[in-house]
Amino acid sequence: MTMLQGFQIALHALRLNPLRSFLTMLGIVIGVASIVTVFAIGSGAQLRLQEQIRSIGANVLMITPGAVYQGGVRLKDGSKLTMTESDVQAILEQIPEIQAAAGSIAGTAQVIHESKNWNTTINGTTTGHFMVRDWQLATGRYFSGAEEAGAGKVVILGSTVARELFAPGDDPIGAQIRIMKVPLEVVGVLDRKGPAQDDVAFVPLSTAKLRFLGSASNINRDSVAYIIAKVAADGQMAGARTEIENLLRQRHRVPAGQDDDFKVQDPAAAMEAQQGAIRTVALLLVAIASVSLLVGGISIMNVMIVSVTERTREIGIRRALGGRMRDIRLQFLCEALVLCLLGGAIGVAGGITLSMTVARMAGWITSIDGEAIGLALVFSIATGLIFGFYPAHKASRLSPIDALKTE
Amino acid sequence: MTAPLPLISLRSVSKTYRTDGVAVAAVRNVSFDIAQGEIVAVMGPSGSGKSTLMNMIGLLDLPSEGAVYLEGANVAELSEDRRSLLRARSIGFVFQSYNLLARHNAIENVALPLVYCGVGRKARLARAETSLQAVGMLHRAHHFPRQLSGGEQQRVAIARALIASPLIVLADEPTGALDSRTGAEILALFAALNRDGQTIVMITHDPGIATQCRRTIRLHDGELVSDETLFQLLPKRSAVS
Ligand SMILES: Nc1ncnc2c1ncn2[C@@H]1O[C@H](COP(=O)(O)OP(=O)(O)O)[C@@H](O)[C@H]1O
Ligand SMILES: [Mg+2]
Repeated sequence: MTMLQGFQIALHALRLNPLRSFLTMLGIVIGVASIVTVFAIGSGAQLRLQEQIRSIGANVLMITPGAVYQGGVRLKDGSKLTMTESDVQAILEQIPEIQAAAGSIAGTAQVIHESKNWNTTINGTTTGHFMVRDWQLATGRYFSGAEEAGAGKVVILGSTVARELFAPGDDPIGAQIRIMKVPLEVVGVLDRKGPAQDDVAFVPLSTAKLRFLGSASNINRDSVAYIIAKVAADGQMAGARTEIENLLRQRHRVPAGQDDDFKVQDPAAAMEAQQGAIRTVALLLVAIASVSLLVGGISIMNVMIVSVTERTREIGIRRALGGRMRDIRLQFLCEALVLCLLGGAIGVAGGITLSMTVARMAGWITSIDGEAIGLALVFSIATGLIFGFYPAHKASRLSPIDALKTE
Repeated sequence: MTAPLPLISLRSVSKTYRTDGVAVAAVRNVSFDIAQGEIVAVMGPSGSGKSTLMNMIGLLDLPSEGAVYLEGANVAELSEDRRSLLRARSIGFVFQSYNLLARHNAIENVALPLVYCGVGRKARLARAETSLQAVGMLHRAHHFPRQLSGGEQQRVAIARALIASPLIVLADEPTGALDSRTGAEILALFAALNRDGQTIVMITHDPGIATQCRRTIRLHDGELVSDETLFQLLPKRSAVS
């Protein structure tokens, strides 16, 4: 008897009792579906993180406001803008490892072009920002020195904003748009960097301060919300970080023993750590889902043992008609395998459906890769072999004479 | 001149079952030969060891003592796999309770032994049709056992026993579950097969049936008490009618 005949006999047997077959494989279905879903959500989250890491750019340090003390009371981090444009200048001039640096302030506002409008992030910064993030233009130019110095009424659009404000054929360059009633000329459109990054409009830092901030009380004219700086080489990250910390402590006159009023972060490293955490959680969830696979396997073994008992006479007949022990074993092993594979296939389909539903409802990115599906199917085949073997072996060991005598 | 090698030889065959330490001698020291083309009735009261003997001839079981030879080969010296293959190719079983697979239709049941001979599906079904034709059941090829009468089921079972052109057909009370009329028809079928040269060993309770076989072996308490061959052939028609 061949493997193919084994599968044919198995399919025939399972078709006769579809409900029972389905219930038998339910554990496998649930196990495989959860593994596929967990993998899809996990790798979706990783993809998004990777995209964020890429969008930040390589070897970037980010400096944000830190602890602030007022009359001995520690205020929440970031409650005061402690960084300034002169800090940016000092970092650029005094730390040789820093290639580029830029300060930013940011907020959200409505951007209007003719009849279209779009709510987006407005980032006031300098051309250095694009250098730090390795962000190229799709069309147009960066800010000129005069525009940066003189609060020029110019704007560079992220690709999402350009798409939302302009019809596909329209050239945004030279067009007038309005942000908070200020007319601005579009001078550049940026390359795509990722859905989360492209929804932004950049104006010169001086423009943002003069025309958008007004005279907000806690804003020093020189302040920036955060600074990003690009380090020349990967190996210089730690050194550059220490130098920035020393420089800023000195410039901000932070007394020894007191917390810095700023924080220097390596966003890519932080995200990589986060990515590791996601992987750990995903693995944990897969381990839990595997328990369901185990339970599914036990349920298949249980039903198979019952089935062998019920079909003792059939086994006797097959043996009398020339079936070898290994033919009987193959037949029942094939049944277990078909159950597991079918359950696995239904589980994969269910997992894909489930993760797509989750993606739509929760707005998460999910990603279904062949690897997860392959792994789930390998798991189900292994389950079939492991839990099918004992009943199949038991069936093959029945004495044909005794088997023929059973009713 | 040497006599042709007997198909089956039993030499001092005994079978002892041991259950809970109690030994039951089901067959004791039985010897006989069966030649190609014979039809043999095995008779004896219930529990006299007929089925046990049949299982040993059919390679389903091995003697505790003595030896069974199939075409000169001691079956105990063959591997289990080899014996299985011989069951598929050289032995055709017919049981009292038909033993068709309930979940397969007639033609699939008939073709089953060929699965274990390594015959492809197309060829299996073609040969199953021929076999069903030979027992007059081709018109029921796609019926399931439960849709067939007892006599029809037994015909399908005989078609299955014949499909691999076996050396010998072993029938264990093939008419035991049938009414006398249907039983006679089945018996006529066996007689016709034997006339075409098929070797048959048939267990039966019915002395009337036994008289239609040329040779009768009688068992009692596991022992062979008589092995008689009729000198005079019955007129062939009486076996068929
Ligand atoms: N598997 C077995 N285990 C124990 N005793 C058995 C077994 N098979 C048959 N016997 C015993 O062997 C004897 C002969 O049985 P059997 O060959 O079936 O007789 P028959 O077919 O002539 O009615 C009986 O006493 C029966 O109880
Ligand atoms: Mg019997």
